Amino acid sequence: MTNQWTDIANSDRILVIAGNPAENHPAAYGHITKAIEKGAKLIVVDPRFTRSAAKAHVYCPIRSGTDVAFIGGVIKYVLDDMDVNPGNYNMTYVTEYTNASLLINPNFKGPADLDGMFSGWDSTSKRYINNATHKYNDANSTWRYQMDESGIPKKDKTLKDPNCAFQILKKQFARYTPEMVSKTCGSPQEKFLEVARTFSECGAVGKSGTLMYAMGATQHTNGAQIIRSYAILQLLLANIGVCGGGIQAMRGESNVQGSTDMGLLSHIMTGYNPTPRHTEDTLQKYITRITPKSSDPLSLNWWKNSDKYVVSMLKSWWGDAATKDNDFRYNYLPKVHYKPEVDGDENYTHIALFEAMEKGKVKGLMCWGQNPAVGGPNANQERRALANLDWLVCSDLWETETSIFWKRPELSSAEIQAINTEVFLLPAAGSFEKEGSVTNSARWMQWRYKCADSPGEAIPDLDMMNELMLKIRELYAADASAPNRDAILNLTWNYGTHVDPNQVAKEVNGYDLPTGKLVNGFANLKNDGTTSCGNWVYCASYVEPADEPTAPIPGNRASRRNPDDGPYNVGLFSKWAWCWPMNRRIVYNRASVDLKGEPWDKEHPVIKWDSVNAKWLGDVADGGAKPMAEGGTYPFIMRSEGFGCLFAPVNGPRELSLVDGPLPEHYEPWESPLDANPLSGTMISPVIKIWRPQEQGTPDRYPIVATTYRVVEHWQAGQMTRNLPWLVEQMPEMFVELSEELATLKGIANGDKIVIENARGNVKAVAMVTKRFKPFHLNGTVVHQIGMTWHWGYAGLSTGDSANVLTPSVGDPNTTIPEYKAFLVNIRKA
Amino acid sequence: MELSRRDFLKAGGAGIGGIAIWQALGSKKASASPKGFTLTKQIGEKTTICPFDGSGCGFIVASEEQRGKLKVVNIEGDPEHPINNGAGCAKGAALRQLSADNPRRLSKVKYRAPGSTDWVEKDWDWAIEKIAEKIKATRDANWIATDEDKPANRTEAIACLGGAALDNEECYLLSKMARSLGIVYLEHQARI
Repeated sequence: MTNQWTDIANSDRILVIAGNPAENHPAAYGHITKAIEKGAKLIVVDPRFTRSAAKAHVYCPIRSGTDVAFIGGVIKYVLDDMDVNPGNYNMTYVTEYTNASLLINPNFKGPADLDGMFSGWDSTSKRYINNATHKYNDANSTWRYQMDESGIPKKDKTLKDPNCAFQILKKQFARYTPEMVSKTCGSPQEKFLEVARTFSECGAVGKSGTLMYAMGATQHTNGAQIIRSYAILQLLLANIGVCGGGIQAMRGESNVQGSTDMGLLSHIMTGYNPTPRHTEDTLQKYITRITPKSSDPLSLNWWKNSDKYVVSMLKSWWGDAATKDNDFRYNYLPKVHYKPEVDGDENYTHIALFEAMEKGKVKGLMCWGQNPAVGGPNANQERRALANLDWLVCSDLWETETSIFWKRPELSSAEIQAINTEVFLLPAAGSFEKEGSVTNSARWMQWRYKCADSPGEAIPDLDMMNELMLKIRELYAADASAPNRDAILNLTWNYGTHVDPNQVAKEVNGYDLPTGKLVNGFANLKNDGTTSCGNWVYCASYVEPADEPTAPIPGNRASRRNPDDGPYNVGLFSKWAWCWPMNRRIVYNRASVDLKGEPWDKEHPVIKWDSVNAKWLGDVADGGAKPMAEGGTYPFIMRSEGFGCLFAPVNGPRELSLVDGPLPEHYEPWESPLDANPLSGTMISPVIKIWRPQEQGTPDRYPIVATTYRVVEHWQAGQMTRNLPWLVEQMPEMFVELSEELATLKGIANGDKIVIENARGNVKAVAMVTKRFKPFHLNGTVVHQIGMTWHWGYAGLSTGDSANVLTPSVGDPNTTIPEYKAFLVNIRKA
Repeated sequence: MELSRRDFLKAGGAGIGGIAIWQALGSKKASASPKGFTLTKQIGEKTTICPFDGSGCGFIVASEEQRGKLKVVNIEGDPEHPINNGAGCAKGAALRQLSADNPRRLSKVKYRAPGSTDWVEKDWDWAIEKIAEKIKATRDANWIATDEDKPANRTEAIACLGGAALDNEECYLLSKMARSLGIVYLEHQARI
């Protein structure tokens, strides 16, 4: 989230799309209620009339997988309205803070010119060659800015130049008319227009609107572009950086934010630094790739500090063994395989991991509180793959579907005996049985205490990792011939027999090594080996007691509980817990003020420039430079050009565009109910990742669109709720929701057991016939959609079929997040 | 000083050590009740953050020592917490059933041998040693030292999943540990 749960109460307009906070974030939802009580309007766009929709002023249905078409339509509405009513928008923000005025290569061609494609397509390598590491400084690359002689992007602040990002945006979305939205998304035109009109009312100076989404947005083959469309809309409406504005990714797990920050992903290490490639055999080569350059003195270009963060992480990991002379032991780090022919890394992400497992390449798996046998796509494939492991270690509170895959009910005893996987199931302590921190959606790092004992021999995962690593180090100490064993033996691992989470949290924060003092902020990190920091994003979270004496655990800012509602009483709660980065509660907050540093919204300021003392008041200002009118830098400090991007250019090896284009374009889901894309001749995104093409269902056999969702009584893959009797009693069974029209068509009554099937498998569920789904009318074609809960599996107190048996092994080309939210099925009475 | 639970939480915010309060509450609350008679239960309360979704709601856990074990007696929404203001959803209201009292919780290491049809219980020392040996054997036998003559220092034979249900400190140590071992199939719930 760019903003805060508590800040939503400041919004004038709230657009919830691809999420359902009333059901899935119900306690935090109270801040939406507060906003409504103050006069805000809630808009919900969803395939189903959800609990959130029931609270909305405006609800508009949308067919799953057509979000870019819908938001593209809203963007077109705003761009058209800006021509007619510029006074209703903050055009200074658009001109000065976004890249609207920046000129793009005149040879750029987009989907409006190329029937759904972008310029630079290479049919041999099946990719856009403009979007390449080696292309960023090639003036012929059409996804680049035009540069002046000093290497600074050219601008036209009148926004009239046909090559400026603003005009390119207009051209791109000119096709996204209300008629086109309606026949693509199945949204009634008048409802769509009501959404566009109501939300765009927050574009006026001093007004704000927030956009809230969840997995309904990201889990598509164009998920990253869906998020880009939100960003473009919010930049046009001057909503980024302001109170009550921003884009809120509503996270579904208590620490999925923290686990991402800590680099538990194949493509990033801690603090979002990319994983090194095998071609980068020196620290310098790696640093060069990940450090963006800017020739513009007005761009702060924060990532120019990357080397300080990487070197400080290496110092945390390899301590005294990491010196300048040995590249701080950069050589110890694993390097992923880089493929120059596609200018990309080998894919080590979730789907690829399970494909490699099925082929026998991955032989051992550690699973820490994750349950892929229910939560992974194409669940039958993942369950089969687990049987090819030599060994599996699961740490959990319960038996999970993953840990008992070898005895799942469908297997005969002969089949069970044929599975040779050794399985270790380790009993873990629960959240209130150990001490440590979690980071919520809003980047709040909050400390938890040990409140109760664990059952029997269950222990915290932290202690399991420690025991395991101590034993592994012992084994490597005894084997001088083992490869790269110094990486293990020289690793800083000084946690004793029971790990104190405070010690680890301090290591994450980092030290000034000569003085041994905790570093109070990443501006103090160095590239010369004199500082350590496990994760620069968390620097300043755990400081010397003297720097935060009143915290319940002195120095530990995550433990703070001061209920003061924060600067200007807008509800930022700046002394409650700690928020990365640097306790900044609203990121990009330099965009919340005009060029002189005065808040756009006088009633809800985030920051204000105090010209007498030459400093910012309020929230921790982004970057801290003076207001632009006084010679300060551009507000979007994490971009090398300094602006919020309407057009996502190729700016450097760390600032590539998206692999599927610098602008969002509607493509159909991999499994579409239509025979053509209404917007262009390009049916699906040409670059999506497909593993099992033979498992693609077609609408002649599987005409019904399906999606999955959660219910308030259950959590994710179910292990933490399907074992709790109260919750099982409240929501005992997997169900599938379908419209009255589809039920009539198929002869299904409410409460019937039905089979849902497609090219990947079939599941049984109880039919819930409701008015909440309605058939979509798409240019004369009627398309039905159903929705399934995905929490169930064969382990636990409550068992049932898993919806993910039906989801495909295809992924977004940028993130490889699977397309869980739009696929085809057929249904029949069981 | 008699501290009510609400006072304790406010005091924690104002700077009185939240850690020290534990003992204070345990002993002092027992000394008197509003009606003036002595209660014998030693109830202590501490704050926690919900382990379910990413809202980050605050809860208060009340627990007491029973037969040498600290047991949960109640969990409810934290009224001081700015995000949930004391509210809880169905899952939050059921938090107490996550505790050690739930008979479905794992309390022993379980092991399934190749081809076996059931678990056997094992002790920690045995399990840690076995797993460490497996990791070393798999890593070393499937080591990719170089890739096109450049140092790669990775293994593609071990994968590591999970983190969204762990604490930050656990995620950090896992990230550090996995990379020191050369693991590149390193993923968690954020991808799915």
